This record gives sequence, structure tokens and C-alpha cells, in this order.
Amino acid sequence: MCTTCGCGHGETTINGIAPVRKRHASGPLGAYRRLEQGAAHAAEAAPLGAAHAPEVDPERTIRLEHDILASNDALAEANRRQLAQQGIFALNLVSSPGSGKTTLLVETIQRWARQTPVAVVEGDQQTANDAERIRATGAPAVQINTGKGCHLDAHMVAGALATLRAENALQDNSLLLIENVGNLVCPAAFDLGEAHKVAILSVTEGEDKPLKYPDMFRAADLLILSKIDLLPYLDFDVDAAIRMARQVRPGLEVIRLSTRSGEGFDDWLAWLAAGCAKAQRG
Amino acid sequence: MHELSLAENVIRIAEDAARHAAAKRVSRVRLAVGAFAHVDPDTLQFCCELAARQTLLEGAEFLVERTPGQAFCKDCAQDVALERIGFPCPLCGGFDLRVTGGEEMRVLDIAVS
Repeated sequence: MCTTCGCGHGETTINGIAPVRKRHASGPLGAYRRLEQGAAHAAEAAPLGAAHAPEVDPERTIRLEHDILASNDALAEANRRQLAQQGIFALNLVSSPGSGKTTLLVETIQRWARQTPVAVVEGDQQTANDAERIRATGAPAVQINTGKGCHLDAHMVAGALATLRAENALQDNSLLLIENVGNLVCPAAFDLGEAHKVAILSVTEGEDKPLKYPDMFRAADLLILSKIDLLPYLDFDVDAAIRMARQVRPGLEVIRLSTRSGEGFDDWLAWLAAGCAKAQRG
Repeated sequence: MHELSLAENVIRIAEDAARHAAAKRVSRVRLAVGAFAHVDPDTLQFCCELAARQTLLEGAEFLVERTPGQAFCKDCAQDVALERIGFPCPLCGGFDLRVTGGEEMRVLDIAVS
């Protein structure tokens, strides 16, 4: 029944057959449709006009224009503000599983030689193995286990930062390294509050990974080509890999690195030191 | 499967707005997903239907509108339509592109009763 005037088409038939009606009217016939700007309250009723709309639910449309990631992004901004207040340089390390992220972190902490304090947040679905490897270097580490989750989000990292703080392990003017879950897809979408995403691509992977997984490489500000000591045994084309990475992320900085030979560490440590200096200046 | 996390956000956003408007039910949700958004639209739609169970959105219809990818090409100084990340500028073939549109993931509006 039309809720405007009580008319109804419920008994109308054409050649004895009830016409099929769409459950919800749309467009100009949606006489009860209201458009609300912004959050929701104080809805402005559209003029009801003369159109009857029997059998239409008193349905209305609420306009939202709400970013799906807004809650994550707001938490990430809060993390970023807290880190900035303490002059902490925070990085989000992303890659496929097995590119050598944890080994890179362990070697980095050792070679960094306490230029600033370092803390680590480890993300994995299961086990605390990686955090234990980091703690063996003497640096504090928090392990986030995501269970079935495929990425870290800003809320998890806020919890990890609170844990580090409670242990007095998040010091002013320090370096914070966040190792994301090994996954070249999902972590790209989630801002954690870091200064930069650093993508790691090992030369035992395909050189076309940047084109196959463009979102992650586009989100990164630095690409580390890892395990380059293995290049003599592989067909990996370094120039092609860098060219493809820059196809998705123009101007992407690249460091070629080996934790075995130590090649590239001077560049990497200098990049870290420059970032720390910038974070400390605020 | 980060689409499920995003879908849970969609449900939360829509439920909050519906409650605020004293609505009992959400029957339709319209989403905008850009060509370069970090999400697969079909999977997002499917996950929304799953996440809608036992909420005000149970049985709701989820519509995804794709918005096109856009970029500014620094080589030829033009705004261009870009189909995918990693594709060259359709005018000059260059890769020095700055994405200017097509990254959004938004809940556009919801139909409530």
C-alpha cells in the first residue's frame, strides 16, 4: 500500500496476471527516498511530489562518502604522531615470504652498532621465532601473531608500540623496524604510521615481481634487492628488475645488498642514518 | 584475503550510519572502488555478504562501482587515463606517471528502512 495516500496495486492484474514489480522503486518514483548529506542526522526530506509509490518500502538513501580504510588510517596517523613526537624513524618492511627480511634485520642491528637504540615489531601468522632471533641480538622485539590474518594493521601496531613502551623499549630518537607478514599483496593497503615502506626483493625470485605485484612496489619508497651474492648462480636480470620496479614507482631508490658478503650495507646504513637524523630534527 | 578486513569496515561504517539514522535495516550498499585500489571488487562484494550476516545488513545488496584510473604524465605533461599500474602513458609511452585518480575505496551511500 502506498504510504502517502493509501492507494494500492496489490489486487491489480493484467489479463489475470499480477504485474511483476520491483521491490524497491528507484529514480523519480522513489517518492520516499531522502538524501542525507554527511553523517546522518537532520535528514532533509526530498519533496514528496505527486508520485504515488505503492508497495515500496519507506526506504531512504543515506549518503556517506566514507573511506573504507578511514579507521585504519586514523589509527596510523595517531601512531605516526606519537613516533614523530619521540623522534623515532619507523620503517615497514614488506616482501614475499623468504626474501630474507629477518636476516636483514638481524644483520642491520648488528652493523648499526647502537648508533641509535633499535626496537623491532615482528609480524607473522604464527610462532615467535622471528622475535626470538631479534632478541638474540640484544634488541627489544615484540611479536604480533595475526592468526589467519595476512597483514599488519595500524591497530595491531598501536598495541605493539604500547607493549614496547611498557617495557621502556621505545626510546626517543630511536629506529623502529616493523617486519610485516610475508605477503606481496595485502600489506600494501594498510598504513601503519611508518615513515616509509621498504620493499625487499630477493634475486632468487622473478625479476618481474614488480609488474606482477605492482601495488606493493608502488607503495614502497626504497627497494632492497637482497641475496645478491647468489647472482653468479642465477639468471636474474638486475637491470630489468629495477626498470620494472621504476615502471610502477617512478624514481624508486634501489639498494643492492647481501647479508653474506656485506655488499650494499654502507648504502643501507647511510640511508637509515639520514632517516633517523630527519626524524630527530622533526 | 584482506578483503574480509575491508568488508568488516564496510559493515561497521554502514551499521553506524544506519543506527544514527534510527533505521532498522540496510538493504543496499553502494561502494566505489578505484581501478588502482588495493582490492579485488568481486572478492570484496563476496566478503561483504559474508560479513553482513547477523547485522543490520543481513541480506543487503552490495553494488560496486568502478572508478577509472587517472594519471598525470610528466613526460608529455598531460592528464591521461591509465588502465593499470605498470602500463605506459597511452600518449607518449613514458612511465613517469603520477597517479591522480582511481585509488579510492569508499562507501558511497546506503539504502535504509
